[in-house]
Amino acid sequence: MTQEELIPHLFRTESRKITAVLCKHFGMEHIEMAEDIASETFLSALETWTYKGIPNNPVAWLYAVAKNKARNHTSRNNLFTEKIAPQIKRSIIDNNEMDIDLSDQNITDSQLQMLFAICHPSISKEAQVGLALRILCGFGIEEIATAFLTNKETVSKRLQRAKEKLRVGKVSIVIPTDTEIGERLEAVLTTIYLLYNEGYYSESSDIVLRKDLCLEAMRLAYLLVENEQTNQPAVNALLALMCFHSSRFEARISNNGEVVLYQDQDETLWNDELIAKGAYFLQQASKGDQMSKYHLEASIAYWHTIKADTKEKWENILQLFNQLLQIEYSPVAALNRTYALSKVHGNERAIVEAEKLGLTENHFYFTLLGELYKGVDNEKAKSNFQKALALAKTQSDKLTIQKQIEEL
Amino acid sequence: MDEFILIFRHMDGGKIASPEQMQTWMKQTMDWIGGIAAQNKFTSGTGLPFDDARVVRHDKTVTNGPFGEIKETIGGFIIVKANSVEEAVEFAKGAPVLMGEGNTVEVRKIAKRDGIH
Repeated sequence: MTQEELIPHLFRTESRKITAVLCKHFGMEHIEMAEDIASETFLSALETWTYKGIPNNPVAWLYAVAKNKARNHTSRNNLFTEKIAPQIKRSIIDNNEMDIDLSDQNITDSQLQMLFAICHPSISKEAQVGLALRILCGFGIEEIATAFLTNKETVSKRLQRAKEKLRVGKVSIVIPTDTEIGERLEAVLTTIYLLYNEGYYSESSDIVLRKDLCLEAMRLAYLLVENEQTNQPAVNALLALMCFHSSRFEARISNNGEVVLYQDQDETLWNDELIAKGAYFLQQASKGDQMSKYHLEASIAYWHTIKADTKEKWENILQLFNQLLQIEYSPVAALNRTYALSKVHGNERAIVEAEKLGLTENHFYFTLLGELYKGVDNEKAKSNFQKALALAKTQSDKLTIQKQIEEL
Repeated sequence: MDEFILIFRHMDGGKIASPEQMQTWMKQTMDWIGGIAAQNKFTSGTGLPFDDARVVRHDKTVTNGPFGEIKETIGGFIIVKANSVEEAVEFAKGAPVLMGEGNTVEVRKIAKRDGIH
């Protein structure tokens, strides 16, 4: 790796570790200081390595510098604190005596605990995803802005507000106790799920960045699976779901960035290794009698890894969607369920049910109707695709629909 | 939007169905409920198994099962969201339980906790 590649790579992988450990060490009220120390460390690396070359063990170098900077920060703070708050002097000195622990175990523990802290109920879901990207994944503000299709200022402000809440609320950086872990873990899973979807379904044209988002979401879920207390069925189910989805990543986006529909995908591009991993985690998820929405979605994704159009496949998918919709309604699930219904019971019955969905603001609704009317009433198919075209927002969606109309 | 309960009444609940029949009914019921859920109109629901069923009478005597002198039994219910009783009735018309002759679906409005009902 050349220096130009090495520093960004290390920044991504190491700055988040340093930040998490320092945050854990000093407490949530010093979150910004932790971030500052991490960036100052990389600034030092950039300045020093440019002249003296890359050290033999760059990671150890970074950790040593980070530790030093943290020590300097606290002694500077101490001077200030000694004058205005002598009563808390004692605790600061105690802190100082403690060494900052950058061992693998403490890095993992700190990241896991930070994950729970960030997914605190006082923080909005959107901000949780942003914070996770910034603090746990080491993404730059600009990258987050690109992923969210917004600008740097908006992202900065949103993160600032969220950090303020964590600071003021003195959110503790611990893994919740066994009694409260259920609810908190659910919030963590939702954030990871949103983070993944942000990458998988993003309208951003930056494909490398989108893949990174997906990988990061999987890495966070993997952290949970590796920890005994958080290795629960729903976590495994979510990880299985992400493995199955990711197995189609190469096949679902064409070379020029267009989305390739499932039925048109070249299945030789599907990643067998990820499919096998998904199957493994889905099996782990089936321990216990819990049936979360991730179990259902992972099972649906599993059936999609089998390309052949069998009756068994679509009947299973239909029943899984029936169950999923009872747990949690979403327009996407309603549309996909109706598609599965057409595969099991034929287009005419599916048309009757599709028309009851009433999702007339959603271009996928009209795309589905267009698809179902194909061969039943091509005029209606065409008019539905045209309605979809009028509602579609992104260029790639418009192109896909346009193609459908031309093929009629 | 109001909530309505759709109560499935079976004419002869004691009749034994073959596993294949049960499987088909289950799938049909799931498809019917799934269709309601896909419209975001499903609230909750459950089947009511015959195991551990008891009837407690006025004189506190307890008998096994809902069967005996009464043939009609409740097989389950679902609660749906609907703008009117007519819409709830339209949902009820699709219930697979109605394929059995003599079976009925009773549609009742759920009382709102507004102090009036």
